[in-house]
Amino acid sequence: MKKKLNDYTPLSKILTVFFGALSLVWIIPIFEVINNSLKKNEFINLDPFALPSAESYVGFNNYLTGLTFGNYPFLKSASYSLLITVVSVVLILLFCSMSAWYIARVNSTISKVFYYLCLFSMIVPFQMVMFTLTFTADKLNLNTPYTIPIVYLGFGAGLAIFMFLGFVKGLPLEIEEAAAIDGCGPVRTFFNVVLPMLKPTLISVGILELMWVWNDYLLPYLVLDRTKYMTIPIHVQYLKGSYGTVDLGATMAVIMMSIIPIIIVYMFCQKHIIKGVAAGAVKG
Amino acid sequence: MAKNKKADSVNLVQRPIRKWAPLFILPTFAAFAIGFVWPFIQGIYLSFCNFNIPTDAKWVGLQNYAKVFKDAGFLNAFWNTAGFAVVSIILINVVAFFIAYALTQKMRGANLYRTVFFMPNLIGGVVLGYIWSMIFDGILKNYSTYLTAEPTYGFWGLVILVAWQQIGYMMIIYIAGLQAVPEDMLEAARIDGATGAQTLFRVIIPNVMPSITTCTFLTLTNSFKMFDQNMALTGGLPSVMENGAKINTTELLALNIYSTYNINKNYHGVAQAKAVIFFILVAVLAIAQQSATRSKEVQQ
Repeated sequence: MKKKLNDYTPLSKILTVFFGALSLVWIIPIFEVINNSLKKNEFINLDPFALPSAESYVGFNNYLTGLTFGNYPFLKSASYSLLITVVSVVLILLFCSMSAWYIARVNSTISKVFYYLCLFSMIVPFQMVMFTLTFTADKLNLNTPYTIPIVYLGFGAGLAIFMFLGFVKGLPLEIEEAAAIDGCGPVRTFFNVVLPMLKPTLISVGILELMWVWNDYLLPYLVLDRTKYMTIPIHVQYLKGSYGTVDLGATMAVIMMSIIPIIIVYMFCQKHIIKGVAAGAVKG
Repeated sequence: MAKNKKADSVNLVQRPIRKWAPLFILPTFAAFAIGFVWPFIQGIYLSFCNFNIPTDAKWVGLQNYAKVFKDAGFLNAFWNTAGFAVVSIILINVVAFFIAYALTQKMRGANLYRTVFFMPNLIGGVVLGYIWSMIFDGILKNYSTYLTAEPTYGFWGLVILVAWQQIGYMMIIYIAGLQAVPEDMLEAARIDGATGAQTLFRVIIPNVMPSITTCTFLTLTNSFKMFDQNMALTGGLPSVMENGAKINTTELLALNIYSTYNINKNYHGVAQAKAVIFFILVAVLAIAQQSATRSKEVQQ
């Protein structure tokens, strides 16, 4: 629909101004992080809201300190975070869409049991399994960034399969029949016929899982061998652990460096992210 | 005839897939068994045991559960969580709904505001907790106090932080719901001379009931499962001594379970028993809330 200038009533102008003011509440906290990441440590404790002055301004020094701060290079945590997130999301998308298709098409006891287990797992809080999961993961060597995606696949399967199923059930069976008549086996049918039709759901599920794995703190904290591996949330919490004695400026810089990539991704994929969230909400 | 056709397609599509079960469901099922099913079963078993690691578990019956119900810290965490859930469900849903309602009206900058309000959801709970503890401490400094000085500061601090984060998320769901309200229904209301308030309460709200179900469900379970923000903002502080037991006054249930486990190995079983109670609580609430709100939805 076309919006003409005179479509805007006086009320809508008031709303625009009101929301402009309200959105400051959302912007200021992030702004304060940027603000403090440019200041010398002593000045942050003095007054966190003061803008950098000639005295307190240190430019990008905090960022340089932040990269090697706390005996563990920030880039190492960031690369582990990236590795874990990418591999986990790919595993979840691939294997859960395959399972969902199987459950939708094959009417067997295994399918039903698996489906109800998935539904059930969605209401079980992580705290219920976290201690025992840690033991199991240690025993099976799933405590490295290279193997932890298997844990994510297992714990994330419930929601992902549920969302894929909702979509697969709506796909017309005739297309797959046609493929079968033309001599297409199940594997080719899935990868060449079904998977391309699943694209919108793949994006939605991918976004939700991405937001979950990238920001997850407790699972990697408990499962990973912490003497060797950290992810970004663990890194930030590790710095906070010694609050007051550590370099606050450098910590703010680390936080900023962990937010910037997310904001960039958000700016490019905003539409997909918002669609993914709206689609994921159907699960209620 | 129709039945035959169905049987044909079942044979055509289903039978070949069945043979490929190891490829299609085995990987997910194996990971699911490792990541969920086995830890869940073992968790139930260990809640009846004293253990340091699973192999040295000794059966103690209901002893752990008895200890949980006498634990003042757990009861305190329970009431904190219940209060936190009530306050945040109301606050987040009311504000998110009205922001969504305003943003779906003709308004300049609506897309930009939507982007801004949603942004905090992309940042992890630990980082958010850290950012807000700096902000709250900076504000409270003007009154010569700090965030972990009083339990009420920590409680309301967490409410503000979580509202700030989740309002944008629920707003997205409400916007999707509002955009699905049939245009002809709104037009009919207009023609019949309904006022803005009448349209809102009689036409719009009944039609977005599915979104309200979803959002209250999500805010309810999110509040009960809240961990990262709680840990990073106050870590449960300040703590007080009551009858010789330490109570972390701003602790919610999830954090209480976690910190119980870390007291020492004699508390592993108690923490696991708390986790089982926590699971039952979350599951019952989720199911009850679902059936209660579903029954209020418009039948079409």
